[in-house]
Amino acid sequence: MEHAHAAAHAEEHHDFEIPYNVHPRPDTGLYNAKLGIWLFLASEVMLFGALFSSYILLRTSAPTWPRGWEFLNVGLATANTFILIASSVTVVLAWANLRLGNLKWGRIFIGMTLACALLFLVNKGFEYRHEFVEHRLPSTNNFMAIYFTMTGLHGLHVLGGVIVFAYFIGPGAKMWTTDRARYTNRIEVCGLYWHFVDLVWIFLFPSLYLM
Amino acid sequence: MAEQLVQPTAPTDGMPVPKTEAEAEHTHGGVHDPNLHHSPEQIKKEIRVYLIVFAALAVLTAITVYACYGLKMPVHIAIAIALVIACTKGFLVAGFFMHLLSEKKLIYSVLALTIFFFAVLLWGPWHHWADMIGHQ
Repeated sequence: MEHAHAAAHAEEHHDFEIPYNVHPRPDTGLYNAKLGIWLFLASEVMLFGALFSSYILLRTSAPTWPRGWEFLNVGLATANTFILIASSVTVVLAWANLRLGNLKWGRIFIGMTLACALLFLVNKGFEYRHEFVEHRLPSTNNFMAIYFTMTGLHGLHVLGGVIVFAYFIGPGAKMWTTDRARYTNRIEVCGLYWHFVDLVWIFLFPSLYLM
Repeated sequence: MAEQLVQPTAPTDGMPVPKTEAEAEHTHGGVHDPNLHHSPEQIKKEIRVYLIVFAALAVLTAITVYACYGLKMPVHIAIAIALVIACTKGFLVAGFFMHLLSEKKLIYSVLALTIFFFAVLLWGPWHHWADMIGHQ
């Protein structure tokens, strides 16, 4: 009786379990979350692509366009570029260590990624504060409007990464004891998202600060 | 051996459970997944590649800042240098960190579609700019 109940429970659980979260589907060759994150990133390309398109349109239409380095803090933005590059390495090292079965170093590298993300946001906060003190607001001109829109949206993505990494270094890490492969895959998926955030900044930084 | 290799195939995946670890290593729903087949030596080699790419990205960032900000280049030269270096850095991040150099065909198909629509987005301002030149 008890055995039959357990079997029924298992079958019920089986019905609601999302398949292919560890092993690749035979038809796609990918586990579902990986295909899912790439589709999400494709939509993100369009989101930021629309803003880059607007930036080019505004710049080519304007009779004069300021060069960002004349008044923006290039030093702080350069530091932020190095910080994001470093965080891209730490997240991929976290994934590599988890694949090696080393949770301790995996978590250390996730923690370093989280620290980099927080440092990026703190620096961004200092930058914004400086702009506000100098009365350069989104309403000041088209440059400042697109500057705040693009860096603000990018900053929100960094904040999203902070929340996700904080989860996986804390309560989310419990999955390691029950399903290591799935936890490792989750870090890979987070890493793909994080590399995209880095990729966007690689183009934002010269576009707004250096050109 | 990477830890995920020893994960038995979950019955919930709809796949048969491999009898041995060796079988598990080679049976992933009948699909070869390179990420699940890397030995510790291969992963350590990957780590070295990641560190080299990191160094390259740092150097390229320094070159961009020096060329465009340090030397105060004219706008058109600054744009050309910055874009070439940004594209190189983008290739390094996407190719090595996001493993696009050895990804599945389906991902390439998704990205091809994305690049097409991204190009459409950029065609608008390009057309506008080219139109302005014609009227100058």
